[in-house]
Amino acid sequence: MHRNKITVGKVVQYTILILMFLLLVGPFVWEISLALKGPGDNVYAVPPYLVPKTPTLENFKQVFRQVPIMHYVLNTLIVACISIVGNVALSTMAGYALGRLKWKGRDTIFTILMLTMVIPVEGIIISQFLIIKSIHLQNTLLGIALPGLVGAINIILMTNAFKSIPKELEEAAQMDGANVWQQFFHICVPQVKGTMTVVGIFAFVGAWNDFLWPLIVISDEKNYTLTIGLNRLKGMFIQDPRLIAAGAIVSLLPIVIFFACFQKYFFQGLEQGGIKE
Amino acid sequence: MSATPDGGPSHQESRPARVHRSLGTTLAPYLFVLPAMCIVVVFVFIAALNTFRLAFTDSTLLKPGKFVGLQNFVELFHDEYFLTALLNSTLYVVCVVPFMVILPLILANLVAGNSRVMGFFRTSFYTPVVMSAVVVGMIWSNLLDPKGLVNSLLESLHISKEPIPFLSDRWLILFSSMFVTIWLGLGYYMVIYLTALANIDDSLYEAAELDGAGPIRQFVSVTMPGVRSTMLLILMLSTIAAFRVFNEVYVLTNSTAGPGAQDITMSMLIQREGTGIMARTGYASAISLVVLVIVGAMLILQSVVERWVGGDNA
Repeated sequence: MHRNKITVGKVVQYTILILMFLLLVGPFVWEISLALKGPGDNVYAVPPYLVPKTPTLENFKQVFRQVPIMHYVLNTLIVACISIVGNVALSTMAGYALGRLKWKGRDTIFTILMLTMVIPVEGIIISQFLIIKSIHLQNTLLGIALPGLVGAINIILMTNAFKSIPKELEEAAQMDGANVWQQFFHICVPQVKGTMTVVGIFAFVGAWNDFLWPLIVISDEKNYTLTIGLNRLKGMFIQDPRLIAAGAIVSLLPIVIFFACFQKYFFQGLEQGGIKE
Repeated sequence: MSATPDGGPSHQESRPARVHRSLGTTLAPYLFVLPAMCIVVVFVFIAALNTFRLAFTDSTLLKPGKFVGLQNFVELFHDEYFLTALLNSTLYVVCVVPFMVILPLILANLVAGNSRVMGFFRTSFYTPVVMSAVVVGMIWSNLLDPKGLVNSLLESLHISKEPIPFLSDRWLILFSSMFVTIWLGLGYYMVIYLTALANIDDSLYEAAELDGAGPIRQFVSVTMPGVRSTMLLILMLSTIAAFRVFNEVYVLTNSTAGPGAQDITMSMLIQREGTGIMARTGYASAISLVVLVIVGAMLILQSVVERWVGGDNA
């Protein structure tokens, strides 16, 4: 903006930013401290203190001993993989047809897909469950992944990406006698790899964090995903904030690392997501 | 309408080289959209129609049920939980949405710019967005516990003598959940605003500065009008999200919906009535239909307002 020297405005700006930073990051720092506090620490001390007096990793070990966290993580990863493959494949194919090909009914199909975006999932979730049940997929990981295989927003992303490929590339291929399928695989798909990555990343985060739908679909503990498992852990360890903190840290670590690695795609995805128009 | 490369050339040349498209080429678009359409038709359209049908039946998980007319809806308006849920979800909208529309815009203004420091703030404000509401709910239940960090900080600063019952008082639970919702959503809406802010012409700020407008004045008379259609978008997104709230309240109340289920929300009610072995799928569908109608009404209202306000000025 237009501020270069130290002004009152700048002081206010940085004060607010630092306070916000503390408010957003502080809770995690406190949870890490809690998770590392041992039996010699009073976790309820007034005033509270941050650095553990008897640091230990025992809380983490206890969480892993009492709750099959790795099993939940594995289940979640299976759901996430199905969801990533499905979303990337289906929205890339649909996006190609909608953004690149000319055919009867294209605009109708596009409108129908857009309509799905405004339907709140809670309004149809019971019927979705009945459908899953009627094809005997209740209580399976595939059942969790299936309704989420297509996201309208992903199709918009892919459609826009395909639209922005220069026509000349394809025209050259057409001259060489390439058919639609060859053009799709050899010319167009390589051009939209970035957007495909964005779609995959959002599919991963969505699957990793989903709660209500798995809660409805899964009844058997062996098919719990991480969020349902953690909710159960919270109920079990309600007496010991150290264990809840350790569980929270364990489940946050992968997604935060994932975010750190792919953050440029996150921002890219939000910017492209039809929001800019 | 923009001509696609596939159809484009054949329009321009009177006799294109390849007049006879193979069957594979003609069918290709349909084959490309077929898998996505199958999922959407089954899990959105059939599900929505089925919700509509079930709402007028007395079906349960175990029996298909028969048509009962408006009976479910009559029952709804005598159902204490439904009225409480409607109140709570509406309150959620009323309290959360203003913060979601204004706070992220202020934040976006403060973190705009290309410097490294601002990039760092942007990333750290966005990070909570990728976290699950369940885990964040766990963290905040820890913090808001009667003996948790927030209470011990308040006590050691002599702001409060007694622990504040954030997680056991009917109203405080709701407000705590709202706080967590705002905390989780700030970064997401901030990024949306950042894109809109980048489109505001810098000369508008320069002109305002020449006119002697301070930062607050510039915010009100340049920034806010400049992003008004984005504000409207976020108003709509956050309204619908707030009305559908589930995770935060569910986790903060340990799935109990608070004392006497007084903190139940619409989505929690659907989950309660529509799942489990005793599920009343017909009744739950009636509640779902109410949610669908309310959200639909919000969307229509939003599009009317949008037409009236117009787009962001470039």
